[in-house]
Amino acid sequence: MRRVVITGTGMVSPLGCGTEITWSRLLDGQSGARQVSGFEFEDLPARIACYIPTGDGTGGTYNADRWMEPKEQRKVDPFIIYAMAASEMALDDAGWHPKTDEDQIATGVMIGSGIGGLEGIVEAGLILRDKGPRRVSPFFIPGRLINLASGQVSIRHKLRGPNHSVVTACSTGAHAIGDASRLIALGDADVMVAGGTESPISRMALAGFAACKALSTRYNDEPTRASRPYDRDRDGFVMGEGAGIVVLEELEHAKARGAKIYAEVVGYGLSGDAYHITAPSEDGDGAYRCMQMALKRAGLSAGDIDYVNAHGTSTMADTIELGAVERVVGNHAANISMSSTKSAIGHLLGAAGAVEAIFCALAIRDNIAPPTLNLDNPEVDTAIDLVPHKARSREINVALSNSFGFGGTNASLVLRRYA
Amino acid sequence: MSDIAERVKKIVIDHLGVDADKVSEGASFIDDLGADSLDTVELVMAFEEEFGVEIPDDAADSILTVGDAVKFIEKAQA
Repeated sequence: MRRVVITGTGMVSPLGCGTEITWSRLLDGQSGARQVSGFEFEDLPARIACYIPTGDGTGGTYNADRWMEPKEQRKVDPFIIYAMAASEMALDDAGWHPKTDEDQIATGVMIGSGIGGLEGIVEAGLILRDKGPRRVSPFFIPGRLINLASGQVSIRHKLRGPNHSVVTACSTGAHAIGDASRLIALGDADVMVAGGTESPISRMALAGFAACKALSTRYNDEPTRASRPYDRDRDGFVMGEGAGIVVLEELEHAKARGAKIYAEVVGYGLSGDAYHITAPSEDGDGAYRCMQMALKRAGLSAGDIDYVNAHGTSTMADTIELGAVERVVGNHAANISMSSTKSAIGHLLGAAGAVEAIFCALAIRDNIAPPTLNLDNPEVDTAIDLVPHKARSREINVALSNSFGFGGTNASLVLRRYA
Repeated sequence: MSDIAERVKKIVIDHLGVDADKVSEGASFIDDLGADSLDTVELVMAFEEEFGVEIPDDAADSILTVGDAVKFIEKAQA
C-alpha cells in the first residue's frame, strides 16, 4: 500500500480560528468554555458550552464573512461554513491548489459531521407546522445534509476526486481521516481533504444530550472547570463547536512538490462494541481491539507509543478507556503521556477526532504533550502520565488518537514522525 | 417606481446579495443577477410572503425578470 502523510491542517475551534492559534492557547492551558447565550437556556440542565470566538478575524477570531459570502451563509447551517474555513486554511497550508484536470481529479474530499444541520431542521420544522409546505426553503435540504460540507468544499476548490462523507457520531473525524487515507493508500486519490465539522450548540442539541445524561450540569456557574476528564468530580461532557481538516497526501506526491510534512498516518483501527446505544462496554473491549488493530496496521508495538490523545470526554467512560489503554500498553505505561484536550475545547462531536488528530501531529512536530485541564484528583491510580494542568515537553515520535461514538463505534489513528 | 416595484427590488437585493443599481426592471434573475434555479424558487416564495399572493408553479416559471415579478404581483393584487 502507498504511504500517506499530512501536508496541511486547518482548524476552527473554541480556542480560535486557525491551527497555530488554537495550539498555542491549548499549550498555554486556556479553556474555551463559557455560559451559553443567544437562545432560551434558563430551563436547560446544562447551560455551558465551548464556543468559537467570533470577531472581525483578527486576534484569532472567526469571521464567517471571510470564508463564505453572506448571501450563501444564509442558505446553510454553520457546520458547512466551519468546514469551508478549515478546508481553505488546510489547502493554503499545504500549498495545494489544483488547476489542471489531472490534479483536480486526483484530489478528493471526505468531511463528516456527527449530526449536521440540526438547528436548520428545527427551524424548518416550525415553518412547516406554522406556514405549511409552500414556505419550506429550497435550501432547506442542501443546507443541512451532512455530505454538503464535502460538496461545498469540492465546488469551491474544484476538487473532482472521490467525494464522500462520514457519519459515526463522535468517531466521525477520526473515521474520515482513516478512510480517506485508505483511498490514497489504495490509489483512488493522491490527495484528500479530510476531517470533521460540527455546529451543535443549540437549545435542541443541549436538550437532547442532557436527556441522555451525557452533559455536565454541576458547573453551570464555573464553565471552565466543567470539562475535567479522569477527575473524580467530573459529571459529563461540555459541548463544543468547530472543524478540523487535514490535507492527506501520498508520500511521493508530497515529496515531488517539496511539501511540508507534519506526520505520517501509519495506523487506523475500527471496531464495534455491539453493546449499548450510548454507553461503552464496561470491559473496554471495543476500544482495546480498535487500538490493537491500528497498531497492527502501523507495524508498531505498544512500546512505540509516546503520546495518546484520549477520547476522554469527562464522563464515566473515561476510566473504561484508560483501562483499555493500560491493557494495550502493559508494562510500557510509565513511558506514555495521555491527555484529553476536550478539557480545554470541549467535545466537538463529529469534529473531535479530526481536531485531535491534528493535535497529535503537532505534538509530534513540537515534542510536547498538551495538558488535561482540571485534573485535580484522578479517580483511579495509573502509571500513565495524564499530563495534568500543564503541557509536558517530551520526545514524541508516535501518537495515537482515540475516538468513540454513540452506537458503539470506535476509531483509532496512529501518526508517526516522518523522517 | 411603484411601491410594489420598490419592495420587489428590496427582496431581490437581500436574497441575491447584489448591488441596487443592477436590479433594473429588465434584469433577469439568472442571466444578470447570478441566481440559480433554487434561488428563483426562494425569490418566488419571498414574493408570496411579502405580498400575500399565491404564485402557482406554472406562473412562477414565467417570472424571469424583476419586471415580470412586479407585473404579476400588480395583476394579482388588482
